Amino acid sequence: MDIFQRTLDGWLDGSAYALVGIGLALTFGTLRRLNLAYGAGAMLAAYSGSWLFTRYAASAWLIAPVVVGLAGAVGLYVERLCFTGGRDNLQDGATRGAAPGLGFDAREVVALASSFAIWMQLEQLAVNLLPRHLNIFPSLAVAAEWSFGGLLVRADRLLLAALAVALALGLAHWLATSRIGLAWRAAATQRTAAHLVGIPVVRQQALAFAVACAFSGAAAFAVLTIEGQVTPMFGMWVLMKGLVAAMLGGLGSIRGVLIGGWLLGIVEAHAQALFGASGREFATYALLFAVLAVVQPRRRFGLVASGAHDAR
Amino acid sequence: MLTIDGLATAYGKIEALKSVSLQVGANQVTCLLGPNGAGKSTLMLTIAGILKPKAGSIRFEGEELVGKSSAEIVARGLALVPENRLVFPTLTVRENLMAGAFQRRDRVAIRDDIDKMFVRFPRLKERADQFAGTLSGGEQQMLAVARALMSRPRLLLMDEPSVGLAPLVVAEIFKIIRQLNSEGVTIFLVEQNAHMALKIAHHFFLMEQGRVTFSGNPGEMSGDDVIQRAYLGQRRAA
Repeated sequence: MDIFQRTLDGWLDGSAYALVGIGLALTFGTLRRLNLAYGAGAMLAAYSGSWLFTRYAASAWLIAPVVVGLAGAVGLYVERLCFTGGRDNLQDGATRGAAPGLGFDAREVVALASSFAIWMQLEQLAVNLLPRHLNIFPSLAVAAEWSFGGLLVRADRLLLAALAVALALGLAHWLATSRIGLAWRAAATQRTAAHLVGIPVVRQQALAFAVACAFSGAAAFAVLTIEGQVTPMFGMWVLMKGLVAAMLGGLGSIRGVLIGGWLLGIVEAHAQALFGASGREFATYALLFAVLAVVQPRRRFGLVASGAHDAR
Repeated sequence: MLTIDGLATAYGKIEALKSVSLQVGANQVTCLLGPNGAGKSTLMLTIAGILKPKAGSIRFEGEELVGKSSAEIVARGLALVPENRLVFPTLTVRENLMAGAFQRRDRVAIRDDIDKMFVRFPRLKERADQFAGTLSGGEQQMLAVARALMSRPRLLLMDEPSVGLAPLVVAEIFKIIRQLNSEGVTIFLVEQNAHMALKIAHHFFLMEQGRVTFSGNPGEMSGDDVIQRAYLGQRRAA
């Protein structure tokens, strides 16, 4: 029975990983970008929520939209500084747009590196706001446990898993069917043509970036409200778990991030039980390596290179 | 309808357009000929707002387009079918058409227009839910034209729509161009296939090394003379 309970616990943990990975998958799926400041932005938003709570005793239902909105606003800031910055450099490569792919050019490397700098900046800002190691976050935790044939599940964690599924499937459906979702997918796969059909590419991609970061705020709120506290490690946790979940799910696939998060959570839970805490970390990276390097690397990169297909 | 005056566009320090002036008359088919590297595609991308000119003006129905974004230009009734088609490979044929209507908000009319495209291009209807990247070259060209038409342009720019296609498909493309023109769409066409282009053009311009060097009406001289001028480097006429 133990093994089933562990799998269930791992699945619940994995749902949190999936939740924090959704925004990264969206940034990669629609923009082909990796935002290293993703976790730090979520952390700054979470710290602001904690500050509102400790200072003004704000209710959780007020703090939730603040955290989501602030994470989105930080996204706009990061996008402006590190990524397009409101410009589009078509004059350098107007016709190169015909072959989007994995090719990183200098600007993308600079964007990646500068998002690392912003990570440090945002994290420091959060720590300056609340210098203590442990900060209280408004708790909505429900300690009630439900039992399913001998397996125990905490109600609030089940709710978190449901939220991850709802957000991932909802976002995937919206991307596949809405006018704006179509514009994002079009711009991801053929940028020049997106300009030509009249999509304001630069503005839409800034919006996609901000929405992805707002998702990190929603994820942060949901996770922290169960934990009841936030520490300076939170940003790193969001980035690492979210990134591994998104990579396992095919980087760019919104539905895939659910599978990736669950896989990671379940493997971690069993590795922890079998090999202890260090085994858990080892299992995470062994799994990532196995999926990236061994399991059909070409097919995976094919998925990454195609835009819309995997953004569904 | 379209008046271009003294237009210059550069990629970095390379001047692709030096000083281009030409006019496209309403309801006509105007053709732009010239050897590779003359700047024809650069001109098209500059008109469409993808490239920013260094100097000059582009007036469309009296309104200045220089400084406007490509989205604003599409909204004013000008669409470009780009070189190499540039369909959205990982969107379905239907989604490609819907993307073409991004600037429009009339959902019902958009759906009607998609049905009309499927009547005009029956092959696209067969492949409506297939990814555009799986289409043949000819089908992709049809899709690129249909996608541009989804914005309901009054002026359609086409950059080498026949390149790389089988003769039968080329004939079909030209049939469609003629048909569109008879329905009131003004056409500005860049074409390597001078023989075909001169058959349907009302007026043509010749471009060499970033400048317009010659212009005329197809009836005034034989196609061979034009081709000689365009591609074999005869001395310039005044």
